Amino acid sequence: MDIPLLSLMIFTPLAGMVFLMFLKQEQVKIIRYSSAAFSFIPLVLSFLMLGEYDWTTSQLQFVEKAIWIPSLSVNYSLGADGLSVPMLFLTALLSFISIVASFGISHRVKEYFAFFLLLEVGMMGVFAALDFFLFYVFWEVMLVPMYFLIGIWGGPRKIYAAIKFFLYTLFGSIFMLVGILLLYFNTEPHTLDIMELIKMGPAFGKDLQIMVWAFFFIAFAIKVPVFPFHTWLPDAHVEAPTAVSVILAGVLLKMGTYGILRISFPMLPFGTNYFSLLLAVLGVIGIIYGALVSMAQKDLKKLVAYSSVSHMGYCLLGMSVFFVGADGKAFITGLSGCVFQMFSHGLITGALFLLVGVLYDRAHTREIEAFGGLWTKIPVYGSLMTFFAMASLGLPGLSGFISEFLVFVGGFARYPVLTGIAVIGVVLTAGYMLRMVQKMFLGQFNVRWEGLTEINAREIFTIAPLAILTLAVGIYPKPLANLMAATLENIVTLVNR
Amino acid sequence: MEFPQIDYVAILPEIIICGLALLIMLFAAFLPRDRRWITGHIAWFGIIVASFAVWMNWGTDTRTFAGMYSIDLFSSVLKLIFLLGSLLVVFMSENYIRLHKLEAGEYYALIIFSLFGMMMMASAADLVVFFVGLEIMSVALYVLAGFRRSDPKSNESSLKYFLLGAFATGFIVLGIAFVFGAVGTTSIAQMFDPQQYTLANSFFYLMVGGGLLLIGLAFKLASFPFHMWVPDVYEGAPTAVTAFMSSGPKAAAIAVLARVFVVAFGQHITQLSPMFWSLSVLTMFTGNLIAISQTNIKRMLAYSSIAHAGYMLIAFATGTAEAVNSVVFYLLTYTVMNLGAFMVLLVVEGKEDGDNEITSFTGLGRRHPFLGAAMTLFLISLAGIPPTAGFAGKFFLFKAAVAKGQIPLVVIAVINSLISVYYYLRVVVVMFMIDTQTEFRPVSYPAFLYVALVVAVLGTIVLGVFPTSFFPFDIPLLASGR
Repeated sequence: MDIPLLSLMIFTPLAGMVFLMFLKQEQVKIIRYSSAAFSFIPLVLSFLMLGEYDWTTSQLQFVEKAIWIPSLSVNYSLGADGLSVPMLFLTALLSFISIVASFGISHRVKEYFAFFLLLEVGMMGVFAALDFFLFYVFWEVMLVPMYFLIGIWGGPRKIYAAIKFFLYTLFGSIFMLVGILLLYFNTEPHTLDIMELIKMGPAFGKDLQIMVWAFFFIAFAIKVPVFPFHTWLPDAHVEAPTAVSVILAGVLLKMGTYGILRISFPMLPFGTNYFSLLLAVLGVIGIIYGALVSMAQKDLKKLVAYSSVSHMGYCLLGMSVFFVGADGKAFITGLSGCVFQMFSHGLITGALFLLVGVLYDRAHTREIEAFGGLWTKIPVYGSLMTFFAMASLGLPGLSGFISEFLVFVGGFARYPVLTGIAVIGVVLTAGYMLRMVQKMFLGQFNVRWEGLTEINAREIFTIAPLAILTLAVGIYPKPLANLMAATLENIVTLVNR
Repeated sequence: MEFPQIDYVAILPEIIICGLALLIMLFAAFLPRDRRWITGHIAWFGIIVASFAVWMNWGTDTRTFAGMYSIDLFSSVLKLIFLLGSLLVVFMSENYIRLHKLEAGEYYALIIFSLFGMMMMASAADLVVFFVGLEIMSVALYVLAGFRRSDPKSNESSLKYFLLGAFATGFIVLGIAFVFGAVGTTSIAQMFDPQQYTLANSFFYLMVGGGLLLIGLAFKLASFPFHMWVPDVYEGAPTAVTAFMSSGPKAAAIAVLARVFVVAFGQHITQLSPMFWSLSVLTMFTGNLIAISQTNIKRMLAYSSIAHAGYMLIAFATGTAEAVNSVVFYLLTYTVMNLGAFMVLLVVEGKEDGDNEITSFTGLGRRHPFLGAAMTLFLISLAGIPPTAGFAGKFFLFKAAVAKGQIPLVVIAVINSLISVYYYLRVVVVMFMIDTQTEFRPVSYPAFLYVALVVAVLGTIVLGVFPTSFFPFDIPLLASGR
């Protein structure tokens, strides 16, 4: 491949942001369409990437490398493998969808889309970076636009939510910075190249591994968010504008699990084995706790937000199981479940947040109790909502089922009791999702909503791709499974060095 | 009595700067009152010429004035930082002087004299030379702080700064005396040389002397517990002078700290490290925690400058050449971003004697997107978030500290930068997230100030993205040549 595909994917939105600077605040239409165009290019490129990607190998592909800060041996190096390719695709897709879904924004339009495009730069960069310094820079770059997007266009408690989000995430990432420095000085010659550090993985001392693993885990766990670091999430989600919630749930949360799999696992094998039980336990706590709290929510958006805590718990449980079997084959069922869950949660929760936004734009309330019998009035909306509620609770045939199934099969191989407890989570999820569908769409029609209008074409356009993918992955998961298999096998082998 | 050989080429920058100050004073005396603004243009032109002179001496490695004055890479880099800072301050002041009808001639002359003192401090290879430089710098600053003669606050600021500063000077003189008693010389180079270094059972006096010197320097650096003067003086002084005070003297104090404690007392750095360690931690926490509750932006920036002094002290708790190099880079980034923040403050403050409350920034981001964006960039950089200069500065500093095993100190420092994010972002919240009905004060567009602002913005970005392209990270701490 001659063209620098990953660089183009990362920096096209940045070019879009610069382009927006030259537009006038009043040219709302041009601003909207040009930002959609600038986020569509990475999506097209990500299809190209999917086509070019060779899934038979765990080798990094589309590699780019240039010297950046020679005295620190920091390089501008990018690459993608079976773990990052699905995430890059998801990021490109959700960014484009979110930008189209934001066409309704009428307040300070130019700044909104400029920040959104900058956000996309940061997210793409995190999933493609192969140098620790670069990774950290992208990780932090993403914070600032997110802070503004919540703080300016958010709900009533936006400033509180924005600062809370910022401080929580920064709290984690500064520990990551210390961890990075510790690894840097324990390598000879000093390096920040993630691939080099992975090679040296087993050579790091045990105490060092445990300490650095804990530092990294604080950073990643806050992002996921793992119980008990999750308290920023409901605030940020509830106050954020719709499209930003989509990105938060769809992409940002995955950065945490991506970081654990990409960095902590292969780089700190001893630390990972040392803490694997902790991962499983925190995962199960997340599943049950998130589901129980969701059941108690009156606000639809809060319900979806807490369901994320629950669903990301499956990721943790899935990734906690990694061993090389007696036949010398790496056991990747749990890890695949984790990555499947990352992907499908991005689709499903993204769509759920979009749907919540659609309703809120019309009804100006998210109170579940306030609705009732809506199906008679807005059947298309109702069916879409039900479809994604079913996907979220793990109905077979939809993508949520595949991931949960893999997680349970994987988890059972090592932690039967914990997995048994986690299965209760499925029942609880069904409980709150069905209750939500029943209260909002079935029963007596509330005449207050006589004037409610059906979901419009643009909104369907944003949700349709997510629905199609949810169904496609649910029915025929093989392409996605193939895509990640070699990489995950490699990771499991590396952890068990 | 024989006079030592003097290398006039090597000290050309100092000659130019000193001559420049005298020239400005002459011009101010003979120009009619309405033409004195010309002195500002002389000042920035002279500073640029002096920068070229420093550039010419790049790579010179010599000591002149009988070894008391060291011209080396370390001092040249610092001089360029001082010159850059002063240049930006001169650009910033042009409009300020016009609006407040200050005496342009005296003002610029004092700035340049102060700059001359700092340059002497950077080159000092002898404690006496350092002391003379310190006094030249400080006396000019005492006058500058009280430059708005009709404003009681400015007078208070000047008097406070002078009294406390004079007190601190006393400590420094006594410290030099003790060190001389212990080692038998005031020459930093001789103390550094193991063959000439004799410590005749007077380690105790050396430490007393070092401690007294540290007190005096900590005062200039605004380090805990000698920081009490900072908020009042910063608040009362004319804003352009505050900007100057918060960058230049700090950098000069760091230069001397490096020469005295890392070079001259290099053998004892391990014994001194705990002292710097605790000073650093206490300074960081004091600055950051008190900054949270400030409502006045000048006071907030004052406490933030205390916090930054705390970060800088990490380098001395570490005590390696690498750490000193990083702290010099930190000074460069701090000069650029901190002066940038003050520039925006100057525009917002405008003509009125603003109360400088943070609320006066309300809605800035909407009405003046460029100013809002620039201020956000500076604040984010001060908070140390990539890819800005502030992050690069902190990264190199922390890296040097981790290399020496100072992990707890670095953890404390990163927690402190987290705290600082809170109060920096409060200004951003006010600028962007609070919708205001009240009309924003009209903003003038002084050309020079905007030139300086653009330089600061570019500097903050470029130093953040390509830190090593503009800064040599392998500066020896003292000239090796004779």
